[in-house]
Amino acid sequence: MYQVRIHGRGGQGVVTAAEMLSIAAFQEGRHAQAFPSFGSERTGAPVVSFCRIDDREIRVREPIMQPDAVIIQDPTLLHQVDVFQGLKPDGYVLINSARRAEALGLGDLVRRIPPDHLLTVPASELAATHLGRPLPNAALLGGFAAFAGLVHMASIAAAIGEKFKGGVAAANIAAAQAAYDWVLAEMSEAKAKERV
Amino acid sequence: MLQQIEGSRAVAETVGLCRPEVVCAYPISPQTHIVEGVGELVKSGRLAPCEFINVESEFAAMSVAIGASAAGARTYTATASQGLLFMVEAIYNASGLGLPIVMTVANRAIGAPINIWNDHSDSMSQRDCGWLQLFAETNQEAADLHIQAFRLAEELSLPAMVCMDGFILTHAYERVDLPSQDQVDRFLPPFEPRQVLDPKDPVTIGAMVGPEAFMEVRYLAHYRQQQALERIPEIAAAFAAAFGRESGGLIRPYRLEDAETVVIALGSVLGTIKDVIDEMRAGDVKIGALGIISYRPFPAAAIRAAMRNAKRWVVVEKALAVGVGGVVATDVRMALDPALHQPGTTAIAGLGGRAITKASLRRLFSEVVAGQAEPLHFLDLDCRIVKHELARMITDRRSGPIAENLLKHVGAVAARIA
Repeated sequence: MYQVRIHGRGGQGVVTAAEMLSIAAFQEGRHAQAFPSFGSERTGAPVVSFCRIDDREIRVREPIMQPDAVIIQDPTLLHQVDVFQGLKPDGYVLINSARRAEALGLGDLVRRIPPDHLLTVPASELAATHLGRPLPNAALLGGFAAFAGLVHMASIAAAIGEKFKGGVAAANIAAAQAAYDWVLAEMSEAKAKERV
Repeated sequence: MLQQIEGSRAVAETVGLCRPEVVCAYPISPQTHIVEGVGELVKSGRLAPCEFINVESEFAAMSVAIGASAAGARTYTATASQGLLFMVEAIYNASGLGLPIVMTVANRAIGAPINIWNDHSDSMSQRDCGWLQLFAETNQEAADLHIQAFRLAEELSLPAMVCMDGFILTHAYERVDLPSQDQVDRFLPPFEPRQVLDPKDPVTIGAMVGPEAFMEVRYLAHYRQQQALERIPEIAAAFAAAFGRESGGLIRPYRLEDAETVVIALGSVLGTIKDVIDEMRAGDVKIGALGIISYRPFPAAAIRAAMRNAKRWVVVEKALAVGVGGVVATDVRMALDPALHQPGTTAIAGLGGRAITKASLRRLFSEVVAGQAEPLHFLDLDCRIVKHELARMITDRRSGPIAENLLKHVGAVAARIA
């Protein structure tokens, strides 16, 4: 079973992101379960959502306490909420930020997981460009598809198309595709550096 | 068709397939998405003929449902928590009058302190109101139970609640196989009321009944619930034959064959319990689970039969009868064969949305297996803050409101995952 935890703030589409990830996994014939942890349903309040993906029926209903991956939609949460709680030693972290991970002051985390398992992507900026609003959730899913290889970009696009309609769907898919391409480029650049 | 869909949406679509003619509802979390979904079906014309009535309160919702059902319409509503409590007087009228209304209860805690999260306090408070109460384990079952509930309720002229865990199921996306209109039409015949307000054949419904017959009216309500004990498994079997999957029934045993320890529960927590049982079975612990789907009528005979080889049991329940302990555990104790001397534990768990984790269940079950569990156990109770508050109450007469004091002690909750 693969478990993803998404951290963000009310209004950023944190719950919708987990739902779309589950739809993408379902598109690929897998079992998936997405659910929110509504604390305070206020705009701007910290919100957590969860998505489990497996090849068999998912029965467990507990919150995800040992995630394989964490997606952080709002980097201001990094020093407010224990977003990395229980993250597996070989887990993945994708952060919405225009700054590199080294610049975010993550010290301990960087040492805990393999260096190529931590990445930032400017999802708010990409969303602003394609959608006209800095809503990072769909873009982050595109980036996550490239990063963790859990689901294909085509499935993410299909999931966005199921959740949204018309122009909003198209703009979110474009933002997700841009983040996907951005992450792929970033990863190949990192590989190239390794060789040097 | 198999879909990855929100639980509330799956229920709304399924209720639509049952062709209700009147839907009346008042929004309350975590039930709101369900009636919004049904409302969209009506507005778009996909569900027709159907009148969707926005009412001013839950009391009005149930009152309108009573009128609609008495006039011969298939009637549906949904609520939760304080909403259920607000309609209580009308709830008793619906069952007392024998009107087969179907209602979803998206289970949520009852205040004070106000709390929007899941537990079973709302449904459990109405366990004696004369409605059938069916509890769903998954969103697939929640959807399927509505189809069965309409058939059962209308056959017996009794109202039925389909109880599903608020947020945990209502707001969860998972795969649900939604049936076709044709499949549901073949399974669920049109509503043929036993009593109907019809100007061409006038009757009164709701007569005052004195001591000369009140007992008998009540007895007949009980009798029809006993009939439901026979009809529920038959309808579940007919459902399995028609739809190709198991849903509903009275009880659901899991790995009980040689189980010495049996975990009994209702609703979605059974999924987590089954995973823990598989892990403990891998370590050679003889443990199994017994899910109760029909809580009212209470399937005492079926439970007694399923438990005949058990040495001990624990009920994991999401409601607390303050001053007593367990609600479900009391019924289970009554159902067991006293000659077998099977000791039991009541574990109160998940109140107000407290996460029920595999780790905590595993600890509890290990204690139960070892015979070390207290008869009444509060799962993951934070004894530290309880003791602190008790100490404050001893030292200071004006110790203030308990809820606020505990919150101050706990600190910022936004920083927690579970």
